[in-house]
Amino acid sequence: MTTPILSAKGVTKRFGGRVACRGVNFDLWPGEVLGIVGESGSGKTTLLNCLAGRLIPDEGHVAYETASAGTVDVHRLPEARRRLLARTEWGFVHQDAREGLRMGASAGANIGERLMAIGARHYGDIRRTASDWLTRVEIGLDRLDDRPAAYSGGMRQRLQIARNLVSNPRLVFMDEPTGGLDVSVQARLLDLLRGLVDSFHLSAVLVTHDLGVARLLTHRLMVMHGGDIVETGLTDQMLDDPQHAYTQMLVASILPV
Amino acid sequence: MPDTVQQNGHGEGAYNYAYLDEQTKRMIRRAILKAVAVPGYQVPFGGREMPLPYGWGTGGIQVTAAIIGRDDTLKVIDQGADDTTNAVSIRRFFARVAGVATTTRTEEATIIQTRHRVPETSLKDGQILVFQVPIPEPLRMLEPRETETRTLHALCEYGVMQVSLYESIARHGRIAKTYNYPVLVNGRYIMSPSPIPKFDNPKLDRNPALQLYGAGREKRIYAVPPYTSVKSLDFEDHPFEIERWTECCALCGSTESFLDEMIVDDTGKRRFICSDTDYCQERQDGQRR
Amino acid sequence: MYVAVKGGETAIAHALELLADRRRGSRDVPELTLDQIDQQLAQSVDRVMTEGSCYDRQLAALAIKQARGDLIEAIFLLRAYRTTLPRFGHSEPIDTSRMSAERRISSTFKDVPGGQVLGPTFDYTHRLLDFSLMANGERPTAPTAPIDAAQIFPRVGDILEREGMLEPPPPADAGVSTQDITRDPLTLPASRPVRLQALARGDEGFLLALGYSTQRGYGNNHPFVGEIRFGAVPVSFVPEELGFPIEIAEIDVTECDMVNQFAGSHDVPPQFTRGYGLAFGHAERKAMAMALVDRALRAEELSEAVISPAQDEEFVLAHSDNVEASGFVQHLKLPHYVDFQSELVVVRALRAEVEARQQQAALDQAAE
Repeated sequence: MTTPILSAKGVTKRFGGRVACRGVNFDLWPGEVLGIVGESGSGKTTLLNCLAGRLIPDEGHVAYETASAGTVDVHRLPEARRRLLARTEWGFVHQDAREGLRMGASAGANIGERLMAIGARHYGDIRRTASDWLTRVEIGLDRLDDRPAAYSGGMRQRLQIARNLVSNPRLVFMDEPTGGLDVSVQARLLDLLRGLVDSFHLSAVLVTHDLGVARLLTHRLMVMHGGDIVETGLTDQMLDDPQHAYTQMLVASILPV
Repeated sequence: MPDTVQQNGHGEGAYNYAYLDEQTKRMIRRAILKAVAVPGYQVPFGGREMPLPYGWGTGGIQVTAAIIGRDDTLKVIDQGADDTTNAVSIRRFFARVAGVATTTRTEEATIIQTRHRVPETSLKDGQILVFQVPIPEPLRMLEPRETETRTLHALCEYGVMQVSLYESIARHGRIAKTYNYPVLVNGRYIMSPSPIPKFDNPKLDRNPALQLYGAGREKRIYAVPPYTSVKSLDFEDHPFEIERWTECCALCGSTESFLDEMIVDDTGKRRFICSDTDYCQERQDGQRR
Repeated sequence: MYVAVKGGETAIAHALELLADRRRGSRDVPELTLDQIDQQLAQSVDRVMTEGSCYDRQLAALAIKQARGDLIEAIFLLRAYRTTLPRFGHSEPIDTSRMSAERRISSTFKDVPGGQVLGPTFDYTHRLLDFSLMANGERPTAPTAPIDAAQIFPRVGDILEREGMLEPPPPADAGVSTQDITRDPLTLPASRPVRLQALARGDEGFLLALGYSTQRGYGNNHPFVGEIRFGAVPVSFVPEELGFPIEIAEIDVTECDMVNQFAGSHDVPPQFTRGYGLAFGHAERKAMAMALVDRALRAEELSEAVISPAQDEEFVLAHSDNVEASGFVQHLKLPHYVDFQSELVVVRALRAEVEARQQQAALDQAAE
């Protein structure tokens, strides 16, 4: 019997008097891509940060099934363990690549950092692995020693993905990974992401306001509105036959893909 | 009992033995004990204003002042030499406030305070090497925030340091860092060896002498106890290397010491001589005998 | 010679003698007395006492004289002396509401109880060189107010506070002794009392620039001068043997209570917040700059975005001390030739590699 890789129970987070997310429950199964959709300010990024241990929820807890050490409560882990998880078994793709990259270091170093952090000490091997990943995210090898500052927005995002996936994570959190990119650049990145998720059998939680992105990448959707999950279901089903009034409005407002 | 000279009034006699008051010395000695117990860990201490400017060895002076006794023999070097201006100034300071014997001979010294070098002559059990440290945090240039660097040390997250070495190889084909070359102490803490040339790094490893590092402006003390492992960071396929010269010392002929380059005329003609003046002198005396 | 292999000792001795000689200057000019410095360069003395963290006009005057008027050097001298002094205990907190004020102004109200008292200030001087001082600076004694005018003024902040418009001052932690940054290392994040200590010792120029930057949009918090007051306050001390406070001295201080807009949060209605500045002697610029920076550093506590240098505690506290800064900048004058030698070796090697590559490329090209 499989256990969920990530399980949220009653996750609530407030900022001052405002509730950012309230009583969120869900299970994420291995190999599944779960989308959290909603307009900006609906609390989806806060929820994502709570799930990834970057924020501490006021109530509820998040359980993660580790590769070899059983189930852990994400927020009760000692900081050292949590940070180790975050750079080995997990990935986090930021909307703004600058937050996820070391802008002053070369692309090679950006990809190699996780490897070095867990003890890789062979320059040639690190460089080879970095080259492989650069190719996999469709960036020319002649850019290996360039800094991300010299990269376009789409390339930065692809570099950020390579930097995360190099440690073979099992679970990836993505916050609007295609936000702020041109439509054509977006399409290419989405193709790439879909391919990577499939070939590495990744589990993922994806936050997006774009239902087109959600349709392409996710298996299941949660719709957030004002801090609450208002509807959950299989992506195709929900987009074809939304039940909640808010979901209906969201679906009606998108252009046909 | 503290050797308290007259404490009140304004004048030369107004200072305690070795300048610092006994309470302060005790505080510094406690910090030193902690530093020895956790090799390579930077212990914050209540650094005092010293009568020498910050950046000129106030950390080293406070450490020396806290450990020096009447029986000690002090040697002070800067750039390896006993006669550089700052070494002279610090040696005179201790001769004046502690009245201790001073020496230029590495072998005779019980305490050696140093800036930027480790003596060429091997140190022995019982000797103490006190380093003056400008920036104790080895991660500082990669991460300016103290709150963050302390977390990185606590969690042993040292990927960023290796990243900087990777970058150096990617850009220059080799690790181009030449001084203040980071080391891993006792397999746990990454430590700045102070701005000694990397030539001196191998001498830190399993050295019989106690190494104390004092950073006055930054108010940190750290230590490497005798015979502790000190490993210079590197890559398997780009191993740590020290500087080499094709020349030998023009005075003593040594091919094994760190050499200073002297420009001897307007055409840029050069001579190389030992940076460690005591080592060089001993060798010259030996050759004459 | 700067750093010869031998002879440094004599050279240093000579340099010291020359400095002493230059400090004295031409023997045709009478030597300055400490009283002259204390009385006629009083605001230099005030600054040296403030940033030197030691209230002693004579010692500060001596430091200024010895430092040839270099105030940062004088601050350094005074601090290095202060650090060796034995400590008997701490005084009770001074109470500036009991100040007999020589100057007291508020810019938030046209009139305040007790009135606006201008006192001795540069504010209304025309900055015209007074050539009469070249010849003879003697002045008749200034007229002073009748004795009963030396009254105790209520603090403007207290009045606003009673209305709930201004946040109350933080409660004094009874019995909890505040960390002393001259004895214990500064650790971050720091408490406000620790920050205020660091700011009080901080370099006036640095704080002035930071305070100024908040006014120009780098962390603006809409300041008003609630009150500036300058005058003498009593200092009390509780000797262990007695168990009750006795007045042991009177010191001059300048206090600035800066009032700033605050939008309020979910729990707190909109009200005014405070930035606080205090300096020994008469030092309004310093006290005001300190108050601006103090308020800016409270950004996180007040849930404001921390985006500007003046709001960044670690940046401000790590760089505000001029004795530390001056030492570290000037240590670059010390010999660094060992490190430089190491750099020479590696740069030469790198250059040789590039040159070899270029030569090879030229050969390859010629061969084609």
